[in-house]
Amino acid sequence: MWLPTLPFFAYTLLFLFLPAGSVIIGAFKNTHGAWTISNVTNLSHEPYLQAYKESIEVSGVTALAGGAIGLLVAYAMIREHTPRWIRSVITTFSGVAANFGGIPLAFAWIATLGTLGIVTTFLRNQLHFELTNHFQLFTKTGVEVVYLYFQIPLMILVIAPALDGLKREWREASSNLGASSFQYWRYVGVPVLMPSMLGALILLFGNAFAAYATAYALTSGTVPLVPLLIGAYYQGNVLDNPHLAQAMAFGMFAVLALMMLLYIPLQRRAARWAK
Amino acid sequence: MRIRRPRISLSAFVWLVLAAAYFLIPLVATLLFSIRSIKTNACCSAAAYGFVFHNGDFWHTLRVSGVLALETIVISLLLFVPTVYWVHLKVPRLRPLIGFLALIPFVVPPIVMVVGLLKVYKNAPSWFYDRPNGILAAAYVILAFPYMFFALDAGFRAIDVHTLTEASQSLGANWLTTLARVILPNIRAAALAGSFLALAIVMGEFTIANLAQFHTFPIFLQNVNETQPYGAAALTLISFGITWGAMLSLLFIGRSRGRQPQIAGAR
Repeated sequence: MWLPTLPFFAYTLLFLFLPAGSVIIGAFKNTHGAWTISNVTNLSHEPYLQAYKESIEVSGVTALAGGAIGLLVAYAMIREHTPRWIRSVITTFSGVAANFGGIPLAFAWIATLGTLGIVTTFLRNQLHFELTNHFQLFTKTGVEVVYLYFQIPLMILVIAPALDGLKREWREASSNLGASSFQYWRYVGVPVLMPSMLGALILLFGNAFAAYATAYALTSGTVPLVPLLIGAYYQGNVLDNPHLAQAMAFGMFAVLALMMLLYIPLQRRAARWAK
Repeated sequence: MRIRRPRISLSAFVWLVLAAAYFLIPLVATLLFSIRSIKTNACCSAAAYGFVFHNGDFWHTLRVSGVLALETIVISLLLFVPTVYWVHLKVPRLRPLIGFLALIPFVVPPIVMVVGLLKVYKNAPSWFYDRPNGILAAAYVILAFPYMFFALDAGFRAIDVHTLTEASQSLGANWLTTLARVILPNIRAAALAGSFLALAIVMGEFTIANLAQFHTFPIFLQNVNETQPYGAAALTLISFGITWGAMLSLLFIGRSRGRQPQIAGAR
């Protein structure tokens, strides 16, 4: 009965579970192949601990900021008096921008806010304002500004259906009962949206946490994010202990799995209002 | 009754303008960058585009990535269409499990996946390990999992699988004919939607290609980026255009069903 689904399961096993499993096992082995937890306990020392802190901070900040801005933009495009075409344009553009990451995205920002970027040179020549004294793309703030370019659209795509779920009748009913706009949001809007918003935030967090290419092209390693550290291990032939890189990968996996465990029940609660 | 023309509210307007500025300025800046003259730094010159279009590596890597995308699409369709069809037809209780498995690539970042793949398949035959069409395509199919599954799952939910199958079989068609000539035309939109998402992912994927040391289009872009900024600007716009193309195609297919473009690709 389930036989025709076998190819799918076989593929998943070969190219998803086997590699992921080998990383997890590798994280607990030493160079001689014996079991050890020293790789994983090493993660609590520098520079690894710092890398996790930075990664979690960048992901958290861009998830919260991207989530808040995305929510506001999504709400602005959905509101009653906003022309319909704006919504189609924003939704399509979000589909593009959410998929537009990595090297080209980093470069678009280098052409904008880099030392020779268009905006930077405009400010320098016309307004005699030297932006690079205050802001550099290859710093943590720079990475965060650039990450928002895919975080905000992702939030818009994820939260728009939930905002659609806020029925106009609820707003009318609450105002008929004498509720103010604030009371409507406090007692109806926000509670209904909460599971979707939390779920979306977790998705955004994971999205930024896993990102590699954008930060790689922007910083060339000046911001020590976990994926960059793992990548450097594999590129620079400094593989005296590949198991340490695998332990770092295991750490990422653990953080994301934790996020996923939080996400699933939230998603289930959010689905309740979708009908 | 008074007729008031609906006006967009002020706060909505302000937010939309700010968002438009944030999202459009980098694109305009990249465009301006790309038409600067390589020699004089002044506007306007098509030299950067000339550099790109006369670069053999550009066409070569574009082809490598294009073929990879095609291969990824074909493998994922072969893998998912029969599976999702069968699950909808005969074993609906497997659906949550397959949906869950299709979501797992979200939890395993590409950087972790490539570390594992390189380790597991280190001793695999060289036609698999040393060729982009081997190990890289295998990895990209996994990256396309969530998009393929959810596109196809929605497609199959919208049609009556049982009736179509019974009708086709009572007319004497075998399983293969049923799948290829009855089911496939009915889920074409969903299959195309998944395919365009896969295309966008493959054309932009950097992490796995970089660590596995394959020379794909995004890698070429990064190499140009380090040596030739105006050429990189032109390539960035071309890359953005490819993503736009994929998403607009998606929109046109999805329009009849009112579906939305999906989320998140290469980082």
